Amino acid sequence: MSGLKISQLCVQHIGPFDFSISAGQCLVMSGPSGTGKSLLLRAIADLIPHQGHVCLGEQACTQVSPEAWRHDVSLLPAESQWWYDTIGEHFDDFDSELFATLGFDKSVLTWEVSRCSTGERQRLAMIRMLQQQPRALLLDEPTASVDAANTERMENIISCYQQRHDIPVLWVSHQHDQIHRIASRHVILKDNRLVEEPL
Amino acid sequence: MNVIQLTSVDLAIAALLILLLGIVAISLRLGVTRTLYIAAVRTAVQLSLIGLVLKFLFENVHLGWMTLLATIMLLVAGREVMARQKRPFAGSWGYALGTLSMFVSSFVLTLFALTVIIGTEPWYQPQYAIPLLGMVLGNTMNGVSLALDRLTESAYQQRMVIEARLALGQHWREAISSIARESTRVGMFPMINSMAAAGIISLPGMMTGQILAGSPPMEAVKYQILIMFMITAGTGFATVLATWLGAKRLFDDRHRLRLERLRSKT
Repeated sequence: MSGLKISQLCVQHIGPFDFSISAGQCLVMSGPSGTGKSLLLRAIADLIPHQGHVCLGEQACTQVSPEAWRHDVSLLPAESQWWYDTIGEHFDDFDSELFATLGFDKSVLTWEVSRCSTGERQRLAMIRMLQQQPRALLLDEPTASVDAANTERMENIISCYQQRHDIPVLWVSHQHDQIHRIASRHVILKDNRLVEEPL
Repeated sequence: MNVIQLTSVDLAIAALLILLLGIVAISLRLGVTRTLYIAAVRTAVQLSLIGLVLKFLFENVHLGWMTLLATIMLLVAGREVMARQKRPFAGSWGYALGTLSMFVSSFVLTLFALTVIIGTEPWYQPQYAIPLLGMVLGNTMNGVSLALDRLTESAYQQRMVIEARLALGQHWREAISSIARESTRVGMFPMINSMAAAGIISLPGMMTGQILAGSPPMEAVKYQILIMFMITAGTGFATVLATWLGAKRLFDDRHRLRLERLRSKT
């Protein structure tokens, strides 16, 4: 599969950034809050105006339709968002294996969104994203509101998906133990620069 | 049948009632007396002025004069649509959006009613054209401003949801669909409600006016039905158009939500 290549990327006050993530690799990004990690992720997903280029393999972001790009290069926001009353309305199909791995059975589809905990919603948002079969993942602190047991489940699912489909993953995380478990590489965003950290 | 002419004394007696209401308001410390008096004076002055304008237009039936008045009405309505929104689109776009929707919908409909349905001669006969356009435009303005206000405010409040939907690969139209539908409904509902209530709960002003002026009630009723259909259609089409144009303007060619195109009034 294809790696993610970012060149001369500038968003608002930050940048330019040059880096790439090979297929099958997980690049963890950390750094003080307010340095623009989320901005960077949103720019890679082409959700906000930016300068520079982002390519998935040979394919530049600007060469494909925005829907196709965001379908392939999928962003999981720090806070999951829901717009219908029940969980089920947000899903087109039901991958029972994926649901089961994160601790849900089919009855979850009838649950009301407002009655789910933040952690449950976050896990369900991850399932929703993976069911679309993305070709690159941008994860913005996906386990920040999830308990330890489920954090590990989510990490495993992402690693599995990453290995099986041989795709690049960009993961924003601050927890040292987590970084050790998931990272192929680790960079710190500080003072508008990406600094490689030894693992 | 002739209308009983009102004298200045008659109006002065009615004005006394307003004066009295103001005094009651002062004693209750409602703090509205000043606003009430100013509004009352404005009513008298503005209506007298438009009376003079109409008198002039009736005596000088000419397409040019009609066009001039219609344009002024439209531009003022466009300004009003902007003023009633909490977060209007910035720049000339915001003004053009509401004005264009109202223009397309109410002008086309009024023209249609004048030429095809009523068949006045000439078609721009001010006695028919001005009241018709005025009523259609006034209600369309309400609908459009309600719809746009809801659209921009909801898009602002739910920006995280919209962005999350875009992030899942949805088209902008899908990402804003729930908000856009709700906005259109909000714009259309006042007219639908007033059609449902007409005659039972409320006696529409135009019909009442015609009856006061001596028209046979059934004639007045027929005109009122025509007007209400026109107003509802005009409001409906303008609301749909304004919501669609507005929703489109919230996104750029890469389907990104561009809330900086709105300006916030503080």
